Amino acid sequence: MDFKLSDEQRMLEETVGRLVRDTYTFEVRNKSLESEQGFSADVWQQFAELGLLGVPFSEEAGGFNGGGAELMVVAEGFGRGLVVEPYLATVVLCGTLVDKLGSDQQKEALVPAIIGGETRLSLALYEPNGRYEHNRVTTSAKKDGEGYVLNGEKAVVINGDSADQLVVIARTAGAEDDREGLSAFLVDGNAAGVSRRGYPTIDGLRAAEVVLKDVKVGADALLGAEGQAIDALEDSLALGLVALCAEASGAMEVACDQTLEYIKERQQFGVPIGKFQALQHRMVEMRMELEKVRSITMLAACSLNESRELRDKRLAAAKAQVGKSGRRVAEEAIQLFGGMGMMEETPISHYAKRIVMIDHHLGDSEYHFGRLESLLDVE
Amino acid sequence: MDINFTAEEAAFRDEVRAFLKDKLPEDISRKVKEHKRLGKEDTVRWQKILNEQGWLALHWPKEHGGTGWSPIQKHIFEEECAEAGAPTVLPFGVNMVAPVIIKFGTQEQKDYYLPRILKSEDWWCQGYSEPGAGSDLASLKTRAVREGDHYVVNGQKTWTTLGQHADMIFCLVRTDPDAKKQEGISFLLIDMNTPGITVRPLITLDGEHEVNEVFFDDVKVPVENLVGEENKGWTCAKYLLTFERTGIAGVGQSKAALAHLKQVAAQQISNGRPLIEDPHFRRRLADVEMELMSLEMTNLRTVAAAEAGGVPGAESSFLKIMGTELRQEITHLFRTAAGPYALPFLNEALHDDFDGNYVGPEFAASVSARYFNFRKLSIFGGSNEIQKNIISKMILGL
Repeated sequence: MDFKLSDEQRMLEETVGRLVRDTYTFEVRNKSLESEQGFSADVWQQFAELGLLGVPFSEEAGGFNGGGAELMVVAEGFGRGLVVEPYLATVVLCGTLVDKLGSDQQKEALVPAIIGGETRLSLALYEPNGRYEHNRVTTSAKKDGEGYVLNGEKAVVINGDSADQLVVIARTAGAEDDREGLSAFLVDGNAAGVSRRGYPTIDGLRAAEVVLKDVKVGADALLGAEGQAIDALEDSLALGLVALCAEASGAMEVACDQTLEYIKERQQFGVPIGKFQALQHRMVEMRMELEKVRSITMLAACSLNESRELRDKRLAAAKAQVGKSGRRVAEEAIQLFGGMGMMEETPISHYAKRIVMIDHHLGDSEYHFGRLESLLDVE
Repeated sequence: MDINFTAEEAAFRDEVRAFLKDKLPEDISRKVKEHKRLGKEDTVRWQKILNEQGWLALHWPKEHGGTGWSPIQKHIFEEECAEAGAPTVLPFGVNMVAPVIIKFGTQEQKDYYLPRILKSEDWWCQGYSEPGAGSDLASLKTRAVREGDHYVVNGQKTWTTLGQHADMIFCLVRTDPDAKKQEGISFLLIDMNTPGITVRPLITLDGEHEVNEVFFDDVKVPVENLVGEENKGWTCAKYLLTFERTGIAGVGQSKAALAHLKQVAAQQISNGRPLIEDPHFRRRLADVEMELMSLEMTNLRTVAAAEAGGVPGAESSFLKIMGTELRQEITHLFRTAAGPYALPFLNEALHDDFDGNYVGPEFAASVSARYFNFRKLSIFGGSNEIQKNIISKMILGL
């Protein structure tokens, strides 16, 4: 048992930490939010130069060969800075899916471009009536000569508006919620028949509603074997959950720190409000929720190589805890900041929004409690 | 980062498991698992078995007969004991007064008391709280006046856990009433058979006789029973409070209780099917299991930090709050699982020798009593509010 980071993990932590502290200021972030694509291409290029875009890829492919713990370290750092760049979409979800399912040729074409920051991808998975169920897919891919024709709608595709390519999960066989029969396709974002309605999300990101109408792709667009995408998809979603939990952990840490600092400074009745026991105990409870999230995130990050059932149980527990504890920390932070917590100009409001809304990415606490319930007997 | 035990740690765990399988008396573990009331003789029998193995004094250094174990080893041992249904070792002697004697006591005190504690010859209790000194412990009033080679003690202690069995009590007494609150206190060891001591039972809301009041009326205590310097008793008390509290999170206890709860919920019928399949109940089970996973990892992080040489200080306060809240929540779920059969209260059915008929399922006999008894968890050992004050001051700097 050892909770210390390895030297390499520590280096990674320092790299991200320095970047976030020194260059990713609140002002820089705000500017990114106002841009059309919703993030900074310069920052993305910096990520590439620092090797961050290669974290989950093998060393042969030019990556860092990182696992759950490495991803956790990076995502925590991003959470501390409320980083809005499309790391989750491009690297964690799509990058690892391509790496897992793609042919040598597909990987050669994409992985170095992802690591180098030249190509950005987005996962078009969930659908308007599917909520968080990743196997409830009605988007169809029908054989068409050598290739396929895709039809369907994809909901709240994070960074889907600016992605160069979409990884579309479509059904090649089976009923609406079958685990079998799901396939992954690479679709150019500007391909004929693809329409994307981009919009901002309340937690500082951008997303798109994507409609696929008779989109024709070649046989080389299919990633992996037809109808066999589910396992790899779930592996990538598992990594995505670790990243989101860790991001929440980092953001919650800053929310706690900023709130603590504020109640030490803010004076009312002639004393700092942090002298009031009613607020002290609430602050302690916030920290306690943070510790829980830190702990269970570590558990999740270190469980990716366990059996799928045990892995999924721990991931579900972690994401459910993040939803429960995150909401508490965010609400308390706003409350302790009082009116200032309500202000757009106060950074804490942005942390609160991201922390609460992480619950709506890759399954909320209700959804994950449900998963945990079904895995209750797994040891 | 690796959350799994190393090969050596796993081997140690297996050794502990084998010992428990071999040496933990079945009748005792059954009582623990079925939440029957334990008698003094159960605890003493188990302590003697542990001592034979050399595993009673977890926190003592080796030269005094302790295990000399690392924080991780102690953690593993305590978790395994809890999961196996071993009774809790009486903490007052081996885990509380002994470390104080080792740190502050005279050679004579060490030579006399430590072997007796190891052999369970003395049953110890703790004389800290008073009617007017609870969370504000330093406001205690029990007075000790030096007269020749004796102190004469007058006053009252309360919430004295299992004091009805005690041979010895360690007390905080006021030796200098004019000094500042914490500075006039001394740490005294008092023989419970001394004339002038009266023990009166306090019956708690679950019908249990666990705590007592102890009255001191001109009790003569030899000066050689003073531990440390006169008026420096608060230093001993603080040392004891900051002493390693590896088991404070109660993860093993919660795991065992949750496993039992699942078993019970699989047997109870609700809406024509097992309660464990009821979506509302299952959600609450899932919530407890999730919190327990978070707590266990938080506990392990603290243990690992101690292993690396850190001193678990205010971090134990987090564990105390989280651990006690969780254990209380599980008792609530047990009560829920029993349904209307949580109502019947047959005090005698909580004893192992009960041979009458239970009302409703056997497990239900103790659930409500335990629920009410466990309210104590967030009150004793520094109430959870006091723990929050500690965190607030020591960690948050408020």
